[in-house]
Formats: sequence, structure tokens, C-alpha cells
Amino acid sequence: MRPILMKGHERPLTFLRYNRDGDMLFSCAKDHTPTLWYADNGERHGTYRGHNGAVWCCDVSRDSSRLITGSADQTAKLWDVKTGTQLFSFKFSSPARSVDFSVGDKLAVITTDPFMARTSAIHVKRIADDPQDQDGESVLVLENPEGRKRINRAVWGPLNQTIVSGGEDAVLRIWDAETGKLLKETDKEVGHKQTITSLCKSADDSHFLTGSLDKTAKACLPFLLYLLFHNPPVLWDMRTLTLIKTYTSGVPVNAVSMSPLLDHVVIGGGQDASAVTTTDHRAGNFEAKFYDKILQEEIGGVKGHFGPINALAFNPDGRSFSSGGEDGYVRLHHFDSDYFNIKI
Amino acid sequence: MANIDIDSRAAQLGIDWSQVNLDSIHLPPGEDFGIQSDDEGVYHDDQLEFDTGFGNIIVVDNLPVVPKAKFEKLENVLKKIYNQLGVIKENGLWMPVDPDTGVTLGYCFIEFNTPQEAQNAKEKTHGYKLDKSHIFAVNMFDDFDRLMNVKEEWEAPQTKPYVPGENLQKWLTDEKARDQLVIRSGPDTEVLWNDPRQKNTEPVHKRPYWTESYVQWSPLGTYLVTLHKQGAAVWGGADTFTRLMRYQHNIVKLVDFSPGEKYLVTYHSQEPSNPRDASKVEIKVFDVRTGRMMRDFKGSADEFSIGGPGGVAGASWPVFRWGGGKEDKYFAKLSKNTISVYETETFGLIDKKSMKVDNVVDICWSPTDSILSLFVPEQGGGNQPAKVALVQIPSKVELRQKNLFSVSDCKMYWQSSGEYLAVKVDRYTKTKKSTYSGFELFRIKERDIPIEVLELDNKNDKIIAFAWEPKGHRFAVIHGDQPRPDVSFYTMKTAQHGGRVTKLGTLKAKQANALFWSPSGKYIILAGLKNFNGQLEFFNVDEMETMATTEHFMATDIEWDPTGRYVATAVTSVHEMENGFTVWSFNGKLLYRVLKDHFFQLAWRPRPASFLSPEKEEEIAKNLKKYSKKYEAEDQDVSLLLSEQDREKRKALKEEWEKWVMQWKSLHEEEKLERQNLRDGEISDEEEDDEEAKEVKEVEFEDVIDVTEEIVQE
Repeated sequence: MRPILMKGHERPLTFLRYNRDGDMLFSCAKDHTPTLWYADNGERHGTYRGHNGAVWCCDVSRDSSRLITGSADQTAKLWDVKTGTQLFSFKFSSPARSVDFSVGDKLAVITTDPFMARTSAIHVKRIADDPQDQDGESVLVLENPEGRKRINRAVWGPLNQTIVSGGEDAVLRIWDAETGKLLKETDKEVGHKQTITSLCKSADDSHFLTGSLDKTAKACLPFLLYLLFHNPPVLWDMRTLTLIKTYTSGVPVNAVSMSPLLDHVVIGGGQDASAVTTTDHRAGNFEAKFYDKILQEEIGGVKGHFGPINALAFNPDGRSFSSGGEDGYVRLHHFDSDYFNIKI
Repeated sequence: MANIDIDSRAAQLGIDWSQVNLDSIHLPPGEDFGIQSDDEGVYHDDQLEFDTGFGNIIVVDNLPVVPKAKFEKLENVLKKIYNQLGVIKENGLWMPVDPDTGVTLGYCFIEFNTPQEAQNAKEKTHGYKLDKSHIFAVNMFDDFDRLMNVKEEWEAPQTKPYVPGENLQKWLTDEKARDQLVIRSGPDTEVLWNDPRQKNTEPVHKRPYWTESYVQWSPLGTYLVTLHKQGAAVWGGADTFTRLMRYQHNIVKLVDFSPGEKYLVTYHSQEPSNPRDASKVEIKVFDVRTGRMMRDFKGSADEFSIGGPGGVAGASWPVFRWGGGKEDKYFAKLSKNTISVYETETFGLIDKKSMKVDNVVDICWSPTDSILSLFVPEQGGGNQPAKVALVQIPSKVELRQKNLFSVSDCKMYWQSSGEYLAVKVDRYTKTKKSTYSGFELFRIKERDIPIEVLELDNKNDKIIAFAWEPKGHRFAVIHGDQPRPDVSFYTMKTAQHGGRVTKLGTLKAKQANALFWSPSGKYIILAGLKNFNGQLEFFNVDEMETMATTEHFMATDIEWDPTGRYVATAVTSVHEMENGFTVWSFNGKLLYRVLKDHFFQLAWRPRPASFLSPEKEEEIAKNLKKYSKKYEAEDQDVSLLLSEQDREKRKALKEEWEKWVMQWKSLHEEEKLERQNLRDGEISDEEEDDEEAKEVKEVEFEDVIDVTEEIVQE
């Protein structure tokens, strides 16, 4: 089907998120207003006004009532999805880069960038049931987890026991969400060689996918790692970080996503945005590439953006996906029936 | 030793450390008490070569021995001689005298301003006859130690026992008749088999930092040459690549083989300290097999180039152009107004003198015969016409010449078997404001070398590319001013008119700017590099039909394998992304891709010419069906095997995955309750594992929008 082109942002897209029912799509961009769209036809539903800087990330609660956004204006804000009113603002002293609700939506993990004398940090905040009771106290703060390097993404592990983070130092770390202890980290030899740009969990929290800007000589160009928390099923804090699959693409990867329906992964990225204008538009390779999750083979690609792809998200029903680019567009693609019968 | 250790040791011995003056302690010379200086290892390791600072001093021996009275006179004579050759430093001439008698010792030292001057003075005056009994023996001061160490008695060099060499041509006996290629990416240089059946490459030899700049195959593929700071080295051998020979030439920049790979030419140039001076050039010619230096040429860059008005920095490579086919008999050098042709028997000039040709700007050897073509542009403001001439070597007889009028530029293209020479001539239009192009076609093998003039259908078309069919009679031209130029094919020989050039056809509006004929002819790739982003059209000239149109995005290099069966296209590191190469079949079918970051170079290993006679080749071509059966069967086996392997690999991957998924499922099940608690008891797991939840409920729905009543009249 023809993609639906959603033009509502004035600046490059940074993040896309579907709600659990798959009927709403939230988009964040470097302009200051996160936007809500109908995931079906791409009509704009509304915006969330209040941020005063680029919005880097968002998450929506399971019942689609709350939205949390992290922004370069050094705040993370809690919104009422329905009315668009701001419920609370968490203030930090450096930009908030990533946000993620825990299972049960009672906690949120927020990462902040290194800024001036501040190092990067991971904050865990309690989310009150009643917005009246909301406070800005941190349950846990992990200062300086990666030193001066930025953390690009931190998400909850299974049962909120752990936090997984990845960032500029190319190392993935698992933290104990209670004590803040470092449980595991990836080996430089096996893992990514450059900045981890994105991280996406599987629907059942069993494994996750990361994308990176890798341009190492060893493997071919950015490769994508696929890591998992997995056996032995004795204790979950023993769940290990094991690399299970690697996908190679010819370009730096900015965004990754996994199909909840089929064994497909999609990656997006492209040439560095600052170099785009100097070359032919095709040189950038601004394509959302589909890979078979198990066989690691490329299935196909979806072209259309004229800037690097910064954000990708699958609809929870697996029948459509959307991509957001440096070009400021969100492209919503409903799969044709052929897609569901791909054989390789 | 750590400071604490020292302090405690001092306390033990009862020494007050602060009272000790460390500077007053001297170790006996040559004794270090077993304590190694920190930097000692460093110096030992790399055997650094220091400039002694005496490079500008020469020693002149065999001077007359004169008493004190004549000292000044001799000094003046010497000054007079050497001042002509360079600037002697103030007090730079020192003639030692016997302290007892005051008589000179018969030699002197002269210090020049620069080492170059000293070198020059040495070369010019060594053997200079002052008078009958005094012939100068001049040496560099730096060489003195070396010369003094030469043993007085001559020792017969030991003859090493004969070791049979490796079969350097072993790669040609590959059972699958594959070809090799060398690639450089990042620090690694790799030699690979191209294995189209496996749709991949098979490694032969890989080495990091094998070369310091680039690598090059010898023209017949026997050797691979690598470049290093100390010189060049060639590699080859039966199974892996071993170093066969080294050629010492400091900071070698470029290398070139003679076509029969008997000789290797190495080139080094040094930027002058003064930017207005020409750079210094040193060229050495080595015998490849023995490693002996046959001749070296030194001089300023001007002597090795024609130094056009543009002021080309350095010389244009190759400086020496090899002629006379595979016998490596002659090589020629072009410099201002002269063509110097050397022969390899003596490594001297033919007839001991160069050829004087005023204003010659370009020379070109026939690839097979010892015929040199040369081009002289117009002179005297058009009074003297431009000229293209063919000169037979070594007789220097002019075989044919053609005068051309109002020529702006000229380019010569030899056909690979030396049968034809095409000269592309750019002429001024009457107004002299623009140029148009035409061709002069020489038929070398025919009597009197007839010349034919060919003009394109549209005379004003710009010619973008020209290429002869290897071993064939056809050529292709890309021409036109439009963004999409035309491609035309011509033949020198047709059944109807034997000796006339005929057009075969023109392809209109192609995205092409470069031509790549298959080495076996018949097929050609019309390539659109650079602005056309790597468009490729595989074209069959026999049938005049396109076999495939495809693209290797941003491709920078295209190279046919030596047999003309496969083509490699590469994106080198001039582009940031998608570095690597792709191998295609001759008809444009993509076989496989290899991605390599920082990809620098790709080169197929050339093959020597086939020993089969043309008749035999024709016979094989006729019975191709018979032969091909065997290979087709082999191909099929391989592809069956491959698909079998592939299937098994996939099966294993799938099974492994299933195992994981099972584990995850059970884990998920176990944690169900805990998750439920986290969600305040909400039964919350229907999202992933319950199929029912995915069921779409269809609700039918009728809406009455409006009801109107109309009376229909009958």
C-alpha cells in the first residue's frame, strides 16, 4: 500500500512509539511538541505543548492514559494522553535523553546527558497513581554510569528487576534496579564497536535488539547486535547478556525495531546527516531494511525518506510500521498481503 | 628502582641521601654496573641511521705533494676547479700538511654548502687529470669508513648450491580454472580466488601491512610487487606468497614492469627544499629475477618530463615506456625536444644518442612491434603543421607521417595486437573559438600503412571515451554534448568492404562515460561512473544488443578478469559508505558482493597469453558444446551441494531459535504471577500468548442517515 506521509513536525524526528492497542502513534521531534496520530490513517490527533527544547524520547502507559516525554530542555514531563495537559515535570540539570515506563507503570527510568560538569546519569522515578501525589523524588540515581559518555537508551529488564543501558561507549550494561549495582556488561571484543544508538525490546522482554554506528574494520560496517537475557531459569538476575544474532548493513544504524508478528527485524539509518547535502540522495541509503530475524538475511527495503531514518516502530499488531526521518516526515506503512507470505 | 626502595637501601647503609651530590658520581667509562639505560633498548632496536653531518664533504686524493712555498698555489688551483661545481664553504678547503716538513700529504678535504653539490663535484672530478701523474681520486667523506673496511685480499664469492625454484605459475593450474585477485582494505592486503560457483571468494593469502602504499601485479601475473620504505619487493610462489626478491630503493613511490616482466622500474622523487626548483628524481631499472640493478637515472624532474606550460610537478608515470612487445627490448623516455630510446642489451641509448624531435609532446609504443608513434603539435603559430609519425626502432626510420592542420590536441590509441593506431585529433573550428574531433586511423599491417579519416556523424560532438576491442577490429566511441551521450561502434573490417571503416551502429542517450571491453572482445560494459553513479550496461557487440542494465551504486572501478568471464566493480574509499566490490558474470548477472570498509584497491591477477594457436582456439570454440557438458555437470553438483548446505544451515538456525523461544515461553509463564502483581493484579498477559486476544471482532453496524419519501407516479 502507498505509505501515508505524516507532516506535522518542523524538525527531524527523534522517536516513535505506539500504544499497546496499536491505535495511537506518538512521535517526538526536535521541534518542541510531541504529537499524537491515529495509527490507522495517519490523521493528527493532537499535540502536547509545554516543552522548550528538542524532545528525544517518549513512552506511553499500558492503559494509554499517561505519556512521559524526555527533552533537551532538561525536563521529563508527564502528560494526560486524553486532554494533553501536563501533569508533572521532572526537572534535571541536563537534557533528558530516554524515558521508559516499567511493567505496571509505577516506575519510570529516565537518563540524562553529560552536560557542563555533570556526567550522564540514570534516574528511577516513582509514578504516582494520582497525579496530585506525584513528586520529583528519585527512587534510585545511578550517577556516572558511563562517565562523560552519553547514554542513548535505558529500558527496564523483565519484572523491573534490571535496567539495560547502552550509549556512546558502545558497551551494554545491565544494572540491578533495586540497588544500582552493575550486574553485567558486554565485552568490547564481541559487542558493538561504536555508539549504540537504539535499543528495542521484544514483546515478551526475552530479548532485545540494538543498533549502532559501528564502522569497524573487523566486521563489515555497522552491525547490529542481538542480545538476550536468557537462561538458566534459576534466578532472573542471573540472566545473561549473550549475543545471539548479528545483522550487517552497509550504513550506520540509527533505529531498530522488531516485528511482534513475524520473525522480522527492521533497521534504519543512513549516512550521517551532516554529510547528506554533499552527495546524491541515494548515496545516503535512507532505507528501512528488513531482515529475517532467524536467518539474518536481508529480505527487502522500504525507501522514501530523503534524510537518515532516526526512528522506527512496529504497530503491536505487526501489520504496519512507521518510520521517522531527519527529513521531518513520519511515513506510515501498512503492509501488503504479500509481506505476510515472504519465503526465503 | 622505585624511590622508596632507594630510600630504604640508603637508610640501611647509613647514608644521608640529601648530602649526596649525584652529579659528582662518575661511572667508569663503558661500565654500567648492569643497569641498563632506559633508552638503550630503543636505540638498539631500530638501528637508527643518523645523518653524520659530513655529507657535504669530499676527499680529493692523488694531489701533487708540494712544499710550503707552493701550498698557496695548489690551493688556488683547487679552489678554481671546485668553485665551478659548487659553493665551497668559508674555510671549507683543508689540505693537511706534514707537521715536521711542511710538505702537503697529497690529499685535501673540501666542504660544500650542500650534499648535492658535494655529490656533483665527486661525480664530475673523479678521474680528473690535473696532469699526467696526478689523476684525482675523489670520494665522499661519508664513504670513507666503508672503503677502509674493504679487505685487502680478494675473496672468491661463495657459490650457493642450486635450489630448484618454486613453480611460479602454479595458480594457472587451478583445477576449477579460477582467477585470482588482490584487494587492499584497511591495513590488510589479501589475495583471493574468485569462486563464482560458491558465489564467494576463497582466501589464498592475507597479510596486514603487506605494503606501505599499493600493490601491483606483474603484466603476466607471475609476481606481486609491494612497496616499502626501503624499496620494492616481489612475491609469488606455488602455494603461498613468499618473497622472491627485494629491490633496494629508498622511499620508492612508483613501480612499473616491462611487458615481458623481465625488468622492474622504480621511481623516487624528492620535493625540493626551494619550491621554485624542480624536484629530484631517481629511477632505477632492476632485473626482476636476479635483483640486479641494471641502470639508474638521476636528475631533476625536468629531465624526465616535457615540462609543459602547466608546469607538471614531478614526472608523468611511467617515465619509461617499454616497447618491442614481450621481448622487453627497448624503452623510451620523452623529454624536452628529445626522445631517448634505450636498449636492454646494453642499457644504453640506441646508437649512443637520443632522437632530436623539436617540441614532441607525446610518444606511444605499438604493443607488439618496435614501432614508436609520436605527436608534434603545431609550431610557429600554425606555419608549421602538427605531425603524427611512426618511427621504426632501432633503425629510427620514419615509416609514415601525417601532417595535420589547426590541431589543438591529439591522442593516440594503439589496438592491443598492434594492427591499428587510432589518433583522435581535436581541431579548431574556423573561428578558433571551439574545437571538434575526428580520427585518423592507421592500418599498420597493411602495405604503406594507409591512413583513413573518420569523422563522426555529428562533427561537433565531444568525444568522451574511445576504446579498441582487444584483439579485434572494432572500436567504441562515446560522444555527444548532451547530458546523456551516444555510443557508436565502428569496425575496421567488414565482409563487404575490406579496407574501409564502417559504422556498426549508434546507441542513443546512454548514461555512460567509460568503456570497458572484455579482454576477449565481443562484450563491452558501457559504464556511467562518477556523475552517473555507477550505471552499468553489459552489451554484446556481435549481436548489437544489451544483455543487462544494472547498477553498482557509486562504483569507482571496473575491471574484467583476464579471461573475460567475470567483471569486478568496486567502490573504493573515495566514498565513505558501501565500500567493497561486486563480481558479475560477463553478461551482467550479479554473482556476489563483498563489503569491506576502507577499500582501496582491487586488481585481477593477469594471465600470460595462451599457447594455443588461433586455429586450435577456433576448433575449441566450435566444439564448445562437447566440452561444456562436463563443466555444466560439475556446476550442477556444486550448486546442489551448496543449496543442501544452505538448507541445513537454515534448519539448524531455526531449531536453535525454536529452542530459545521455548525457553522464553516457559520463563514467561513462570513469571506470570509476578507480572500480574506488578500490575496490581490485572490479568495482563493476554498481549503475547493468547491467540484469542488477537481475534478481530467484527461488528456490523447499520446507520440510518436520512429517510425521504418520494411518491412515484405511475
